[in-house]
This record gives sequence, structure tokens and C-alpha cells, in this order.
Amino acid sequence: MAKQMHDTPMLDQLESGPWPSFISGIKRLAKDNNIAVDLLGQLETSYETKKGYWKGGTVGVVGYGGGVIPRFTELKNEDGTPKFPDAAEFHTIRIMPPPGSHFDSKTLRSMCDIWEKYGSGLICGIGQSGDIMFQGCSSANVQPFFNEINELGFDMGGAGPAVRTSMSCVGAARCEQSNFDEGRAMRTLVNNALDDLHRPALPYKMKYKVSGCANDCMNAIHRSDFAVIGTWRDDMKVDQAEVKAFVENKGRKYVIDNVITRCPTQALSLNDDDTLAVDNGNCVRCMHCLNVMNKALSPGDDGGVSVLIGGKRTLKIGDLMGTVIVPFHKMETDEDYEWLEELGTEVLDFFAENALEHERTGEMIERIGLTNFLEGIGIEIDPNMIAQPRTNPYVRMDAWDEEAAKWEERKA
Amino acid sequence: MAEAPRMPDEIGVRDIQEFLHPVMKKNYGNWKYHDRPRPGVLHHVAHSGDEIWTVRAATSRQMDIHQIRELMDIADDFAEGYVRFTIRSNMEFMVSEESKVQPLIDALAAHGNPIGGTGNSVSTVSHTQGWLHCDIPGTDASGAVKALMDEIIDEFTHEEMPNRVRLTSSCCQINCGGQGDIAINIQHTKPPKIDHSQVGNVCERPTVVARCPVAAIRPAMVNGKPSLEVDEKKCICCGACFPPCPPMQINDPEHSNFAVWVGGKHSNARSKPTFHKLVASGIPNNPPRWPEVSKIVKQILAAYKADAKDYERMGEWAERIGWPSFFEKTGLPFTKYHIDNWRGGRANLNASAHIRF
Repeated sequence: MAKQMHDTPMLDQLESGPWPSFISGIKRLAKDNNIAVDLLGQLETSYETKKGYWKGGTVGVVGYGGGVIPRFTELKNEDGTPKFPDAAEFHTIRIMPPPGSHFDSKTLRSMCDIWEKYGSGLICGIGQSGDIMFQGCSSANVQPFFNEINELGFDMGGAGPAVRTSMSCVGAARCEQSNFDEGRAMRTLVNNALDDLHRPALPYKMKYKVSGCANDCMNAIHRSDFAVIGTWRDDMKVDQAEVKAFVENKGRKYVIDNVITRCPTQALSLNDDDTLAVDNGNCVRCMHCLNVMNKALSPGDDGGVSVLIGGKRTLKIGDLMGTVIVPFHKMETDEDYEWLEELGTEVLDFFAENALEHERTGEMIERIGLTNFLEGIGIEIDPNMIAQPRTNPYVRMDAWDEEAAKWEERKA
Repeated sequence: MAEAPRMPDEIGVRDIQEFLHPVMKKNYGNWKYHDRPRPGVLHHVAHSGDEIWTVRAATSRQMDIHQIRELMDIADDFAEGYVRFTIRSNMEFMVSEESKVQPLIDALAAHGNPIGGTGNSVSTVSHTQGWLHCDIPGTDASGAVKALMDEIIDEFTHEEMPNRVRLTSSCCQINCGGQGDIAINIQHTKPPKIDHSQVGNVCERPTVVARCPVAAIRPAMVNGKPSLEVDEKKCICCGACFPPCPPMQINDPEHSNFAVWVGGKHSNARSKPTFHKLVASGIPNNPPRWPEVSKIVKQILAAYKADAKDYERMGEWAERIGWPSFFEKTGLPFTKYHIDNWRGGRANLNASAHIRF
């Protein structure tokens, strides 16, 4: 039996309704866990006063510099003692899940057993960086909890100015639109940068995210400094019998309105015999027609990735999306994955050396210009990197002839 | 001699292959197509002829260990012992026989986990920690999301939207919750309140000055002590100064409001990815059920559902009908604050004669 519950009239109202209630979960924990009792007390206070009461601090485990999100209560009595002492230390420990967040029931049960011994019993699956988050641990229990999770075979996630925990989509495990081995690519990038993940010493965050196609289910272009997006180079595959079956089932108007005219580059045309003509040279692999005519249309066989650098959310210069720096690289052999690992290292190293404090990769590129960044990491320019050429004339172009010669040389 | 501390085993990310359902492992990289037998259920077919059914269930995101154990009981008794978390905190259960789908759905539903979120539905809201755990939260994203999803749960369990709808919620404008078709974020509206007696002791002043996106913060001496001052006309109330300098209190229980943004799109399908755009602000931060937020979200969803064409995402719909029509159809007021005046904002103005009457 835990200590007596606090009155929580406002939180109680979040127990009604059909959607699963996190409050009911915390209340269930509170039956035999004092941390959960006092968490409810503090949370109810926040609901009453509309104020948050957590502050950061420094809590970690031996050997690592990051991965624990420290939280200490600021809700104190007049004598300075915490109002809700059993939740006065309420740290989150970030643990990296396998790629695609796949689990077996045994592993999740083991995690629950360890967490029951040391923490509040509250688990968030999954956090916005992709971690499975164990929420609510005292300072003293952080180390023994991590020791057991680590012995179970899992490692701490990233926090602070560090390489962060990564995410990859369900990918090749279950998706026909996968263009490479997403799980392997994600693991390659992160495990190559573990020192910078566990020991925060970068100017700011560095996030790698991996999606198997341009549907970008992992939000990589918006939300990562280093986005790996699956694509293919040869022609998309068309099963004309399935196209005909789809037209017969849905009707010509539906197909014209929802497939043909929705192609962003007008690369599709419906033939008189209800087969599909594809202008593959103009297809931009946007995925729309493949999504709609899933059974009839498939990615080509020559799969690989596009890499876009510099995506991030608001702070400090506003939203930025990733910019293409590699239009295509085949992903098939061990050498291809080594290439990705090396590119990951190059970008990380350049960021570590050249970004200002609290500056993300995209902001650094805005400050120094894309061409300087590309020279820094040793990548040649490509017209796929721009949405359109420059419109403003205020630039020195003294070396124009040499640069034009380089282009001719590359074409030759 | 004290015992040497245990050093971590620097494992990194585990291999995906260790955690896959056997059918997924066997057919890794070799899937042919999928269909959706009903909302919340996916059916994938491999080139080998193997099939797998996935049932997607909503969770409360922050789950207690008892609930996870019960879900694992369901995974063992009604599925085949394997699950995965989606990016929006749904839990997916995989089975290799169609006959197991309905019993699994029944077990999850009986446990209180709605089935849905696939196809053209509103999926679970991806959101931030809020008052439960964040150090700069203006609200409780978890609570606002629970209250909202109670009201629009039918849009999760059905597939009746023109295209998929992705919602996000964040407890400040730093927006860890991310971009969405509809993003519901709390917004600070007043400059930080500075405790000058603390700034000199607690804050690394150049770091704080450097962090301000609009150069509104400068070093100052206040009452003979080193502190910082804020040019309140310039300040955009972003709160970036608060984490490195807690005496610059940004949270304001009275003046922090919700803002709603629409048209964020991650996918490259049809149109290029887009950022979300401001459509509503000044919405009361009103726990425990935030009815004013839910009302506006429902208004936007209803207008989109009624008017968008098949496969149009929220932002694509607004682009097609034009933003004046968007405000008309949703009934939301258009104000001077919708006109971008941030760096590069001119790109968001209309430089054409494309006008509807």
C-alpha cells in the first residue's frame, strides 16, 4: 500500500471519455508507489495554477555524460522542503529502442520488471526523439536502473548537445515501398557516432533519421539534421493487369481524378485500353500513385537513398527543411553502408568544428552558404540541390569560366 | 578500497532482426503490396505468398507498467508475441493468420485501446511532456490531447477523411511535438519577467544574449548588479532565454494561449513537404479539458472533411481553395498577425493577380 492519495478533482476529469487516460494509469501505479502518488499531487497543482514546476539539473550515470533528463521539483513549502517529497526527484531515462521500435513481449516485460524496482512505473513509448522513456526516477536509483537495463542489452539514448537517438520507419520489415535496409542504415549511422551520443560535446543537437521512401513516415526532412530518404533510379514497376483491374474496380473518372491528374510532374497517362503509360524520366518518385495503386505499382529494383541535410524546428531562425546534398546513392553492398557511415562522420565532424554554440546544422549552412558546406564535406555540387537558381545579382562571379569548365569536365 | 563502479556496456542500437515477428524476419525486404481490410488493420502480402495482419491500437502514450503487461498478455494470448510502437505512440500487434484478427481487436477494445489510425483517419496526436515532465511547459499537452481525442475518437476509428490527418501538440512554441496537418501549440504572449537579483548568479549572460533570435536581450546593470534587460518591443516571447537562464521566467499562467497551425506535411506525395501555418491564436489555456481548443480543431476538421477532394491533405486543400476561402469555410478570423513579418516572410505574400471573387 502506498501513502494516501491527494485530492485531484481536475485530473479526475481526465479519466472520463473513451480515449485511453494517462491519469488512470498513474492512479493505478499510485496504489503501491509513492512516487506516483506525489506526481499526481504536483500535476494537480499545475492544473490549478497553470504553471509547471520542474527544473533541470545534472544527473547521469558512470561513464556517460548524457541521456538522463533531470527534473527536480520547484514546488516547495515555506521551509524549503518539497511539497510532494516522493516525486521531488523525477528524472527521465532515455533508452534506445531497436530500429522501427520493434519489440517482443518478453523484452517489454523485462523492462517493466526492472522499472518497477527502481522507478515510478510510468513509461512513454515513444518520445519525440524516438526513445522509450522511463519517466520518474530518483537520483539514487538512476545508476542501478541503468545497470540492469544495460545488462538486459539496451543502451542510453542521446540528450543535450549530442548525437540524438535516431528513428527509422517500419521499412523492409513490413513495407513494400522500402528501398533499402532502413534498420541497418539507422544503426550504422548511430552506432558510428556513439561517443558523441553518450558524451555531449557538440555545438547543439545532431539528429539522423531514416525513411524508406518519400512518404517519409519518420518526418526526417523536417525533423533531422541528416535525413536519409529511400528512392530508386530505374523505372517504377507497373503490373498492367493490376492497373486494368484497378480501373475496372474504381472507374476511369476516379483513376483520372485521383491518380493521373494528381501526378505533380504529369508523368502519367491512362491509355485507351486502361493500361498506364509512365514517363519515368519525369517521375520524381513522390509516391502518390504508388500509394493509391499499391498493388499495381511498385518502386524500381535499383534502390538507394537521397540525403538531405539541415532540417530542424523553430529555434533559432525558424523552421528549416533539409536540403538535398546527395540526390542518389545506391544502397546494396557493405561498401554502400560504409559510404553512408563516412558521410555521417564527415557531416558530424564539420558541424562539430564549424557551428556556433546552440546552432543547428541547417542554421550553420544558412550562415556560411551551401557551397562552403559542400566543399567542407567534399561533395560536388548538383542541380538537384536547388529549388531554383539564384534570382539576385549581388555576387562576385570572377571564376565563372573555371566553374563552367568543371561542369563540362564532369559531363565528359 | 572502494569497489570500482560498473562501466556501461556501450551497446548502441540493437539489430532490428532480433526483434522481428518471424514472418517479417523471413520476408524482410521482400514485400509485394498491402491493403486495408478495415480501419486500424493492415494486411501485407510478401512475394513469397506469406501474409501478415497488423492491428493498430491507440495508447495513452504515457503508460503504466500494469497496462504494458496487460497489453503484452494480449500480445501473447491473441497475437504472436510481437509489437511495435509507431511514431504517434500507437501500438501495433502482428498476426500471421486472418482468423486471429477479430479476437485480437476484441481483446484490445475490451482493454480500452481503440483500434484505428490507419488510412484516411485522424491518428493519435504526437505530443510533448507538458506539466508532467517538461521544464518550460505552458500547458499539459497530454491532458489537452486526451480531452481532444475523447471528442474526435470517431475520426480515429473510421477512415472518412479525404486523406490522412496528422495532429501534433506542443507545450511551447519550440514545438518538440512537430509539424502536423493541425498543430496545437501553446504560445507565450508576454516577455520574460526578470528576477534581477538572481541573473548574475545563475546565468551565463553571453550565452543568453546569443540565444535570442531577435537580439532583444542585452547585458545591463540593475541595482548595481550584473543582469540582463529585454527590449520588450522587439521580444517575440519565444522563451529561448529561459532554459539557460531560469530567472527570466517566460511561463505566464494568465497570458499563455493556444495557437492552432495547419498544413504541415511530411510526405513528398504529390506536393513537396510543407510547414504548418498559423490559423488561430488567443485560445484559452483552460484545464482540465480545454474545450475551446477542441472546438476550433473540430471546426477545421469539419470544413476539411466537407470540402477537400480525395487525397488532398489539409495544406493542399487550403492551397487549392485559397486562404481567403479557408478562413471563410472554417469561420476563423483573419488578422494582421497572420501576415508573416519574420525574416524571409515576403516569400509568403501574394505577388500575383490570382484572386477569387
